[in-house]
Amino acid sequence: MLESSPASTPANIGGVQAPELPDHPLVLIQPTRSGLGLNFRDLWAYRELLFFLAWRDLKVRYKQTLLGVIWVVIQPLLLTLVFTVILGKLARVPTDGVPYPLMVYTALLPWSFFSSAVTNSGNSIVANAHLITKVYFPRLLIPASAIVARLVDLGVSFVILIGLMLYYRAPVDAKLLVLPLLVVLVTMLALGVGTLISALNVKYRDVGMMLPVFVQLWMFVSPILYPLSLVPERWQGIYMWNPLVGIITGFRSALLGDPFNWKAIGISVLFTAVLVVVAAALFRRVEKEFADVV
Amino acid sequence: MKPIIKVEHIAKHYRIGVNQPAYQTLRDTIVETVRSPFRRQRPEEDSSSTVWALHDVSFEVARGEVIGIIGRNGAGKSTLLKILSRITEPTRGRAELYGRVGSLLEVGTGFHPELTGRENIFLNGVIMGMRRDEIERKFNEIVKFAEVSRFLDTPVKRYSSGMYVRLAFAVAAHLEPEILIVDEVLAVGDASFQRKCLDKMKDVSQHGRTVLFVSHNMSAVTRLCDRTILLDEGRVLDDGPSHRVVSTYLRSGLGTTAVREWPDRKKSPGNQIARLLSVRVLNEANKPSDAIDIRRPVGIEMEFEVLSPDRVLMPNFHFFNEEGINVFIAADHDAEWRRRPRPVGRYVTTAWIPGNFLAEGTIIVGVALSTFEPTVIHFYERDAVAFQVIDTLDGDSARGDYTGPMPGIVRPLLEWRTQFFPGEVEQDLVSLAEAKNS
Repeated sequence: MLESSPASTPANIGGVQAPELPDHPLVLIQPTRSGLGLNFRDLWAYRELLFFLAWRDLKVRYKQTLLGVIWVVIQPLLLTLVFTVILGKLARVPTDGVPYPLMVYTALLPWSFFSSAVTNSGNSIVANAHLITKVYFPRLLIPASAIVARLVDLGVSFVILIGLMLYYRAPVDAKLLVLPLLVVLVTMLALGVGTLISALNVKYRDVGMMLPVFVQLWMFVSPILYPLSLVPERWQGIYMWNPLVGIITGFRSALLGDPFNWKAIGISVLFTAVLVVVAAALFRRVEKEFADVV
Repeated sequence: MKPIIKVEHIAKHYRIGVNQPAYQTLRDTIVETVRSPFRRQRPEEDSSSTVWALHDVSFEVARGEVIGIIGRNGAGKSTLLKILSRITEPTRGRAELYGRVGSLLEVGTGFHPELTGRENIFLNGVIMGMRRDEIERKFNEIVKFAEVSRFLDTPVKRYSSGMYVRLAFAVAAHLEPEILIVDEVLAVGDASFQRKCLDKMKDVSQHGRTVLFVSHNMSAVTRLCDRTILLDEGRVLDDGPSHRVVSTYLRSGLGTTAVREWPDRKKSPGNQIARLLSVRVLNEANKPSDAIDIRRPVGIEMEFEVLSPDRVLMPNFHFFNEEGINVFIAADHDAEWRRRPRPVGRYVTTAWIPGNFLAEGTIIVGVALSTFEPTVIHFYERDAVAFQVIDTLDGDSARGDYTGPMPGIVRPLLEWRTQFFPGEVEQDLVSLAEAKNS
């Protein structure tokens, strides 16, 4: 039925001149030595995959919902409404003079992004086990793409914020220019935490079980439902070690015009930088086992 | 010539635990660490819980070669392919690849059921390492190959399994890698699509590309591959021209292909209900033999033990010729045990194939034990035993006195009858023939 070509096949059968083989191997396969950094060449070669995976995430998520992407807006709006009624009106949490809905929403913006990004990317490696055991690509793209997808959601929720700010006539000044940097910061923090959790979750599924509780706790130790000033002075030093404090207060300052708490932001930057390096090193160490363990 | 693939002393071990889940819990690790905090985890030294899937495999492949990789289940074929396609890492050794690798380990893995055919082509292409503009260029070709143009905007979850596989293979086949790794994809799809896949593989190899083809289908391997590597227990047992290696494979086992035994019951095929102990090919004299006279009967004997009572069990044999064609299947018809639950114990079941029925050549036998309603396959050992059917050309087989090539998957000796009516012909034609002969 089929005549196979003889072993001495010249490379130019059928008029197609195959290019010379490269001098150096395109792919070198060997056990990973520890201490090796990320393979940036590989990440760059697969950069399109990052966006396709994020696009798949978004597409699949909103495909069968009636309201589609509007859900991104409805969720934080409903939360804001609930918190405003319970905490703002009934419990009368002090807000340092800012309308309560505005205070909550400016915090929920980075928080919803952060919590959903961490949850999604933390579970992403396990959820994509079928890909990992069947085809090669830089594994880091999986948790990273989950974060990129949430970043799109964050963009959508900014639209609502503009509406809220116009309604409450919130003052806008040059502080707003810091906002993009804060978005980068919260993205890097989510990337670090998400990558770390996704890698641990492959080997220890306990981490996945713990994740929702962990995220919930993190919410209460961050100044989301209350202003930073509500935390007693003597505890603020410890409190600020939570890297989200700098980010959330930073968001509020940038949007509502309060002075920045640079100390908290500085701690947050430091924390994030260390975390990203640690997470990348750990991920690199364990990713080779993903296909065998997951 | 410089090789395109160079594999040097690749070894891989997996950690396995008999009753242990695939992943550890945090508690286990904490407990372990607390017990022996200074012991570094060196799984290689803990032989009880690790298994070496590959030991020291080395070979080189030249560009344009089509290499078959064969071996029994568990020989390390899939592990080797997974290492070469970078899904998993070797424990030791290294491999150099001088070209882009595309693998068809399992087609359609990158598909998402909710997305449409069009969306999946892009997603899957990018996952397999194609650039977006490259996919756009080949888009029409892919759609044409897959024959799904009418359903491009339908979510693939509504595709038939045939359409799904066709689309997946089409994307993979258009990756145009320098090195194509194929693992049994041909087991899917209908016959005409399988043919198309084989043609595509052939096409790939003719453009100077290199193909690694793992298969259990010996006929596809001998037809498609110039060279074949036989793996056994993680080692290269043979490497050379396909026809030679395939016959080495068929003859491997315990010196003969006629007997297979599983002395270690923990490793024998089976489950908690029944286990296979041995399989034998018997000649007329009840002696194991791997060469059977075409005129004489041949018996296939399976020995198994039943560990859990009260199940109806049906032993069955699957016969394949060297082209991988399923010649026939035979299921136990022993009246004594039909529909009768079997008590715990050891059983020996033999099926006799009459003489003058099989065609000459190699017959490969798979053995299985099944329960029906609901169907449970307790074990199925494909390629369990093999034997040669030999015609000694004495003139009393179905061949008669003919000695040329004789196709056909069976060769029964039929009962032929002739009736003769002397003189009942037209006399004109007889005289015409006589005139021509003289």
